[in-house]
Amino acid sequence: MLASGRTVSSRLLRPTAWLPLRLSSERTAASSPQKELIKKHEQDELRPLYMDFQATTPMDPRVLDAMLPYQVNYYGNPHSRTHAYGWESESAMETARKQVADLIGADPREIVFTSGATESNNMAIKGVARFYKAKKRHVITTQTEHKCVLDSCRILESEGFDVTYLPVQKNGLLDLELLEASIRTDTSLVSVMTVNNEIGVKQPIKEIGQICRSKGVFFHTDAAQAVGKIPISISDWKIDLMSISGHKIYGPKGVGALYVRRRPRVRLEPIQNGGGQERGLRSGTVPTPLAVGLGAACSVAQKEMEYDHQRVSMLANRLVQKIMSEIPDVIMNGDPEQRYPGCINLSFAYVEGESLLMALKDVALSSGSACTSASLEPSYVLRAIGADEDLAHSSIRFGIGRFTTEEEVDYTAEKCIEQVCRLREMSPLWEMIQEGIDLKSIKWTQH
Amino acid sequence: MAAAARSQVMSLYRTMLRESAKFPSYNYRNYALRRVRDAFKANRNVEDPKAVERLMEEGRQTLALIQRQVSKYEVIMYKHQRMVRCHCSSFTCDAFLLHDDVFLHFIFPL
Repeated sequence: MLASGRTVSSRLLRPTAWLPLRLSSERTAASSPQKELIKKHEQDELRPLYMDFQATTPMDPRVLDAMLPYQVNYYGNPHSRTHAYGWESESAMETARKQVADLIGADPREIVFTSGATESNNMAIKGVARFYKAKKRHVITTQTEHKCVLDSCRILESEGFDVTYLPVQKNGLLDLELLEASIRTDTSLVSVMTVNNEIGVKQPIKEIGQICRSKGVFFHTDAAQAVGKIPISISDWKIDLMSISGHKIYGPKGVGALYVRRRPRVRLEPIQNGGGQERGLRSGTVPTPLAVGLGAACSVAQKEMEYDHQRVSMLANRLVQKIMSEIPDVIMNGDPEQRYPGCINLSFAYVEGESLLMALKDVALSSGSACTSASLEPSYVLRAIGADEDLAHSSIRFGIGRFTTEEEVDYTAEKCIEQVCRLREMSPLWEMIQEGIDLKSIKWTQH
Repeated sequence: MAAAARSQVMSLYRTMLRESAKFPSYNYRNYALRRVRDAFKANRNVEDPKAVERLMEEGRQTLALIQRQVSKYEVIMYKHQRMVRCHCSSFTCDAFLLHDDVFLHFIFPL
């Protein structure tokens, strides 16, 4: 049923080594979806299922379509004021700025394009703290923030600032009373991320914004995982600074944005100095194709938000129900209600996380976040929510996104159940549990 | 007038599904098919002719987008890197190219 639009000459050109991939796509309608998926993943040329949407997301075809003309044809520098190349690039950049602003309910003049959420976070935290350092030397953040926020705070500490890293409760949420008690007269900034990238927990941003506004403290939120997925309103939530990442919302990698409030004005000391672009806050040529991509991604996300949210919730429930009903001793990390459904972090007791990931080799998953996956230590986020060491080691993060299909979710759940059972069969701890021995009562001796 | 529009709507729907099925990538293909189906299903009770026309225009633009993207992804989804003798019909061309470049070489001969 796949319409074959190939001509004779193009058939001659098509390399034969391509054939396996084309065959599998030609059989779309003929075979059942399940068979197609199995064929897809048990052949060597084909690639794993992608279930790691928190690490990054594939670009939406609509975004690529918007970007391509600016990569190929309209290549002018948007800051060139004297010719049409500059004017058309600038107009595209301003359109993109409006699209980003509309998604969060801001004014386009409040959006600054950056190279990503990491740069936005650095700008916000270091910029605000350093600008107001004469009178205000205290910054508050949480223990579950992204590494770039924590590292920026560490640098501020070495510059002489006081930083409070607030602990979170067992469900991953911040205790509002603790936050209120921690704010001092010399606090300049509070930084709390909207949706956590490892456990998917959604912080009570509205209440935190209210507290910060009432105390006259600037509120920064790293909304990289939340923008385009849950409705955000910077005026309702009283946010002063917000970081946005392009490649988390089906946009291009290498671009992001920072929302900086104008009324009341938030002042920043810029990190990147130069020609004064982006209101002097971030000098450097704005990469037009990437900015256009970010704008397109934001406008697509705004249109598709409700549809995607319903679908992702449905798929997430399906995955979790399937896994939890088949195997015992599975714990979901993070609050079950206050969360973004597409990020599911499960701990499988008595199974080692890395070996489970290796066993699930045809599904692309991660344990912990991509930026900490190189180290051997369990994720600091799981440690902050008080997970036991062994459970922290055996956690897997499932990411579900716009392009995930029911078949992929079913396949992942089945494989996961199969491999967890297999690994547990091999585990002596599991044997002991089956016999009713309490693991905590064992005295492990050295030989 | 509504009846004529209905056949146009159905024809657009069928064309969009046919084009969406051409995406080489499993995820994009399934998403496009599903999204087109769900969008038409959600708007099936729209009566106002202006709204119908607007939605049809959006549909036609999306169809053009799908057609453009499908052709681009076909070019991009090369996997194997081998040197091959160029097969283009020009006798003067004796280029050795990577697999990826064969298709582009045909489109933009040097």
